[in-house]
Amino acid sequence: MEFDSISLDHKIIYKIVDAGSKVLDLGCGTGELLFLLAKEKNVRAQGIEINDEAIYKCVERGLSVFHGDIDRGLSEYPNKSFDYVILNQTMQQAKKADFVIRESLRVGKKLIVGFPNFAYIKARTSLFFKGKTPITKALPYHWYDTPNLHFLTISDFKDYCKEKNIDILEERYLNGKGEVKFWPNLFALNAVFVLEKR
Amino acid sequence: MREKSVGTVKTEYFTFAKHPHELRLACGKLLGPITLAYETYGKLNKDKTNAILVEHALSGDSHAAGVYEGEKTSGWWDALIGPGKALDTEKYFVICSNVIGGCKGSTGPSSIDPKTGKPYGLDFPIITIADIVKAQTHLIDHLGIKKLLGVIGGSMGGMQVLQWVASYPERVASAIPIATAIKHSPQQIAFDEVGRQAIMADPAWCDGAYYEKLERPEKGLAVARMIGHITYMSDKSMEEKFSRRLKEKEYSFKFTADFEVEGYLRYRGDNFVKRFDANSYLYITKAMDYFDLSEGKLVPEGKHTDVRFLVIAFKSDWLYPSYQSQEIVRQLKIRGMDATYCEINSTYGHDAFLLEVEEETRLVKHFLDKTFYGYDVVKGRET
Repeated sequence: MEFDSISLDHKIIYKIVDAGSKVLDLGCGTGELLFLLAKEKNVRAQGIEINDEAIYKCVERGLSVFHGDIDRGLSEYPNKSFDYVILNQTMQQAKKADFVIRESLRVGKKLIVGFPNFAYIKARTSLFFKGKTPITKALPYHWYDTPNLHFLTISDFKDYCKEKNIDILEERYLNGKGEVKFWPNLFALNAVFVLEKR
Repeated sequence: MREKSVGTVKTEYFTFAKHPHELRLACGKLLGPITLAYETYGKLNKDKTNAILVEHALSGDSHAAGVYEGEKTSGWWDALIGPGKALDTEKYFVICSNVIGGCKGSTGPSSIDPKTGKPYGLDFPIITIADIVKAQTHLIDHLGIKKLLGVIGGSMGGMQVLQWVASYPERVASAIPIATAIKHSPQQIAFDEVGRQAIMADPAWCDGAYYEKLERPEKGLAVARMIGHITYMSDKSMEEKFSRRLKEKEYSFKFTADFEVEGYLRYRGDNFVKRFDANSYLYITKAMDYFDLSEGKLVPEGKHTDVRFLVIAFKSDWLYPSYQSQEIVRQLKIRGMDATYCEINSTYGHDAFLLEVEEETRLVKHFLDKTFYGYDVVKGRET
């Protein structure tokens, strides 16, 4: 596993996380990002993942992972016990997204959230012109087989942070090729936010 | 590729706690001399840093791997111990010892009491899991090992793993408790008590003083074992193994074993009495019932330890349900410790820790490699 071979959102998160910090990745998948952080940036990494096969992969990578459901909360973790909690492409699949975000901000000093943008231009045109549920690179599923439970836009999420008194420390927007600077709510497939609870 | 076996093995014996250095037990009494039966597989490296201690369950023994000269049956965890296996004897030095209180070569109620020259019987002091582990430290000292690379075991073996961390955290680099609990629950105590009552209700038990009599409490011990076997399986595994299949074509309309499941339990019970001592069953189950490392006793507050943990549970295990393993992890997380938890999707019930070889191997092998070699070996495997 090398830096060049990981996905763009992972690269962005990899760069955001300070070397030597303590990280909890919720829905860490097969542990690609965590492994790289642990090995190259000397991060004290922990993950939570619900998928059986992914857990085995994480253990093969030498990672510390908990096989379980993030919807059950993080009650065993003391307040602010991590420098970063990562919630990348996971939040929209959690049953209780709001609860998971609150818990993440409790146990982490900072929260890194990554999610697909439902207001991406191709999603909008699909819905508006074809009258069909959008299928995009960031939302590649049919309505009947999607693991996503929440469909949100960048604009929605910013409103949410404002309402819940969550500070946005950094905001990064991505399309398939690289970062998006102009009109992200229209042109970004994915967003990555760094958050802190006021 | 078929993995190799450790080959022919021999049980060894180590005796310590001779007068006046008897071992002080949790109950306050002294025990000595103490003999531990043990086996080792693989080679201890020069720095003595590659030793893994395997802890056995209630009815287990020190014969964890390989075969005895002239015999065919291999040790109870042969699938996991050997060259290239989960506990790779080409890399690691694996030790397994029979617990005190047992009847497979270690000092227990059937051993000779030096005070009377007769078997202890009920004069054997009540032991705890902490006593069992304390006795093991003498063997580890004897082998010249300061710190174990790993301690691993399922069920009661898992309790010993946890006890090692609680009592001697500085002597353990990593711990792998499997299908176990931080404390025995009322349900677990209840099953043990029914087993003990079955033994003690057998007229041949004679308050434990049956060793010099013609008859032994075999009926009682067999019933205890039958109860045990029911709790080790799952509803589904019993359905798959027996269903309602009959031994003969029709019902006998008698109280004989009509169903295959009845025949199986009777066979298991009858077989068990040939190899196990009823008093040992009483003592060891009592030690399990006393086991309780909850409420901060596993890792006391303020006591930092860097023991790495791999905690494994099985989905269909209702005797040691996964919530009990999660509780172990919870206690470790509260202390900010490094822990991996995995619930293996198995239908075998509690027996899974002896049967789910492939999944356990994947987890244990890599976890130990990481403990021993760090991330470098992980990288080496990737590229």
